[in-house]
Amino acid sequence: MKTLLTLTVNGEERQVLAPVHKTLLEVLREDLELTGTKHGCELGECGTCTVLVDGDPALSCLILPVECQGRPIKTVEGMARGSQLHPLQQAFAELGAAQCGYCTPGILLTAEALLASRALPTRDEVRRALAGNLCRCTGYTKILDAVELAALRMKEVTA
Amino acid sequence: MKKERFSVVGQSLPKIDAWAKVVGETKYADDLILPRMAHGKLLRSPHPHALIRRIDTTRARSLPGVYAVITGLDLPRVKFGILPVSQDEEALCVDKVRMVGDAVAAVAAIDEETAERATELIEVEYEPLRSLMSIEDSLAHPEVRIHEYGDGPNVHKAVSLQFGDVEAALARADLVREDVFYFEGNTHMPMEQHSAVAHWGADGKLTLWSSTQTPHYVHRLLARILDLPQAHIRVIAAPVGGGFGGKLDPFAHEIAACRLSQLTGRPVKITLTREEVFYVHRGRHPVLMWIRTGFAKDGAITGMHFRSWLDGGAYGSYGVASTFYTGALQTVTYKIPAYKFEGVRVFTNKPPCGPKRGHGTPQPRFAMECQIDKAAVDLGLDPAEMRRQNLAEPFTRTANHLTVTTIGLGECIDRVVEASGWRQKAGRLPAGKGIGIACSSYLTGAGTAIYWNDMPHSGVVLRADRSGLVAVLCGATDIGQGSDSILAYLVAEVLGIDPKDIRVHPADTDLTPVDLGSYSSRVTLMAGNAAIQAAERLREKLVAAVARKLEVEPGALVARDRRIFVDGDPDRGVDFAQAVVLAESLYGVLAFPGSYAPPRRAGKYKGGGVGPSPCYSYSACVVEVDVDEETGEVRPTEIWIAHDVGRALNPLLVEGQVEGSVYMGLGEVLMEEQVFRKGVHKIPSLLEYKSPTTLETPEIHTILVETDDPEGPFGAKEAGQGPLLPVIPAVANAVYDAARVRIDEIPITPDKVLKALDLRRQGRPARVGPERLPLFAFPAARVIESAFGEPAQNIAERPFSS
Repeated sequence: MKTLLTLTVNGEERQVLAPVHKTLLEVLREDLELTGTKHGCELGECGTCTVLVDGDPALSCLILPVECQGRPIKTVEGMARGSQLHPLQQAFAELGAAQCGYCTPGILLTAEALLASRALPTRDEVRRALAGNLCRCTGYTKILDAVELAALRMKEVTA
Repeated sequence: MKKERFSVVGQSLPKIDAWAKVVGETKYADDLILPRMAHGKLLRSPHPHALIRRIDTTRARSLPGVYAVITGLDLPRVKFGILPVSQDEEALCVDKVRMVGDAVAAVAAIDEETAERATELIEVEYEPLRSLMSIEDSLAHPEVRIHEYGDGPNVHKAVSLQFGDVEAALARADLVREDVFYFEGNTHMPMEQHSAVAHWGADGKLTLWSSTQTPHYVHRLLARILDLPQAHIRVIAAPVGGGFGGKLDPFAHEIAACRLSQLTGRPVKITLTREEVFYVHRGRHPVLMWIRTGFAKDGAITGMHFRSWLDGGAYGSYGVASTFYTGALQTVTYKIPAYKFEGVRVFTNKPPCGPKRGHGTPQPRFAMECQIDKAAVDLGLDPAEMRRQNLAEPFTRTANHLTVTTIGLGECIDRVVEASGWRQKAGRLPAGKGIGIACSSYLTGAGTAIYWNDMPHSGVVLRADRSGLVAVLCGATDIGQGSDSILAYLVAEVLGIDPKDIRVHPADTDLTPVDLGSYSSRVTLMAGNAAIQAAERLREKLVAAVARKLEVEPGALVARDRRIFVDGDPDRGVDFAQAVVLAESLYGVLAFPGSYAPPRRAGKYKGGGVGPSPCYSYSACVVEVDVDEETGEVRPTEIWIAHDVGRALNPLLVEGQVEGSVYMGLGEVLMEEQVFRKGVHKIPSLLEYKSPTTLETPEIHTILVETDDPEGPFGAKEAGQGPLLPVIPAVANAVYDAARVRIDEIPITPDKVLKALDLRRQGRPARVGPERLPLFAFPAARVIESAFGEPAQNIAERPFSS
């Protein structure tokens, strides 16, 4: 059975006709062609498919889109403002925090939610916030560095 | 032409593909969506070892939405394998399955869900056979045969090599240690599941996009497997979402997608589930090791005898190479005048093992570095100083005929000893805290190709456009290590332009010259040298054209800052795009090839092709750990690693490779296990297959050491694999320092630590590790003269230099 879904993705209202049991991950990737959101396990274990729902990190592989109607959804495609990269995106690129880049969208969004609630987190706080996002390439070091750099830059802009 | 300073090399620049990756634009294989595309699924065997009696696909075919169902009978009956000596795989098994997860049928359907439902409707009648689940099991049951080929019943490969008189060398020693170690298997676990999209065009030509590290080998093998002219097949490696060696073989899903596309006239995509990725495997071999080494009082090694037993799993894969690698690189770190190696790889009914980061060398390195640590205790020597005093000599040959060039290991040891405060800490930390050291070395590219040939290992074509753009075409595959970026940096350096002026077109067998693949840490050196050669050829023409225009000698010009100008007189010159116009006006289209093949230095003995490399990287690592005597938990608290990378072409990227290697080493030493129960993977999920998160990965202090190797592009050596190796024994040695227990078995899990602590409390030898060795008669050793200490030859020999 298919349902007509109205989703607010990256600030745009989108309508999708999809089977009710299709996950948010599948709808984003297959129906809306927002392939920036990746899948690592489809069991809620690796954090790769993280998007923001109501500003909070959510595993899109475990969510049904019907639950998300009327709630803002943000994917990696929605992080930049026009051609202006989000400071996290800028820092990840500059510091080599994306190697293969596959876990990067999920980590960027998790970090964005962290910085929204805590402007200058300690390194341990960044570690804790990202503990649910697996990365096999970087050893996490450059990722932690990049989140810290972005936090500092964002703080300077708002100060 | 003069080059006084580097303008790009040595800079910590962002990768050229970083921008696409941070905005989610990079198209990995599963992100490709083509019109009319069908979705495929494989049906896999639930039995570890069984004959296939019957496959009935009738019900699956009649399911609405199903476009095609195939079995092995719908493919040419060709067995294949990545190595010419191990052609033992079928994409879809016809008569027999050898592991849980062997594919037996494939479906293409309107969507993934329908395809999956269809696989459930395929009826397969199996006749289960006795399955063999361990090395001992397989050797004890020669009447059960997993394959009909090999060096004996269930023996894939058995080797025995001796260099010099090892027994005499051991007889001269002041201390002879005999130790046994075990390294459990583990898997690559790339975050991206393998995916392939095949498109059989109406012109009868096939295109395959795949998450592969070796588009060239897939290209070659597809032609044979599908019985098609190779010229009608195009393989494009999509950006790979993590490889680590797990995407180096041709896989069933790639082959099935091609055939299904041919039958349906539609593009077909098959993406593996996470569980399938655990079964596809080709990861770290479980290896049992016995090592007997003679030491002089000062710690010098007089000789070494090393034996390894590899649990290969159900197929050959890279296993012959893996077997030789467990014995190849022991000799390149410290002086070992006489050396003997015996190795055997045994088939079992489990997913096949193959190359994972460090391919066959982390296991013996763990054994050897732990044994050295034990010998240091026996001899009353400092483990760091003992290693420091016995380093191999640069620019010499080893006992087993490997040529080493630069060796920065001494500086690596000094730097980690200094940075970690080793001298104040070793043996002096409070109970429950410990510090350990270990060293290692790794290839910078395999010195021989997988199939014997005299062609380049890597090729580049450069095209300079009138716009000033330079296009780099190269078969190399970026798996996240940054190989596309390295090509751009090197070309930019030679031509004096900005990496942004360069567009890299990688890994497309229709368009790019062959590069053998992203394995053995070969790409920076081999593709890099090819790129430099092509860029120098282009620069020569540009400079000649500009010299003619300015009426100066070519030798008076430099290329820098996007200009070609008279050295010391920057106003007399032209910008780069103008130089291209001048040169194209004189010479026509500006397209130049670069080729690289390694120096031909393989030892003249069977097996001598595994181990040679243009040069070797070196690493030293110090780890500090906390050992909780209540829970047995080992927690690394800080890590210092120094890596001899020859030259850091981009220090940021090198650090990233080192940090990633350290992380992966920590996962292997403390938690990761690829283990089975009756052929079924115990933990095929990202939750249960434990890998380190941000919380288990401590601060890593990376120190880069530069030795400017004559073989490397601008002196560079590898960085992506070597730094994993010392982490594992350094942790094991730190656990000993903390708790006076020896865990001679990887991973070092809390249960093993608790068991060893119990033994210690009982006053018994506080060691946990293998207690016995399998019964196996190694073949008589091929006795070869040791080349130890001979001067290196053929340095920087470049077969395609003219």
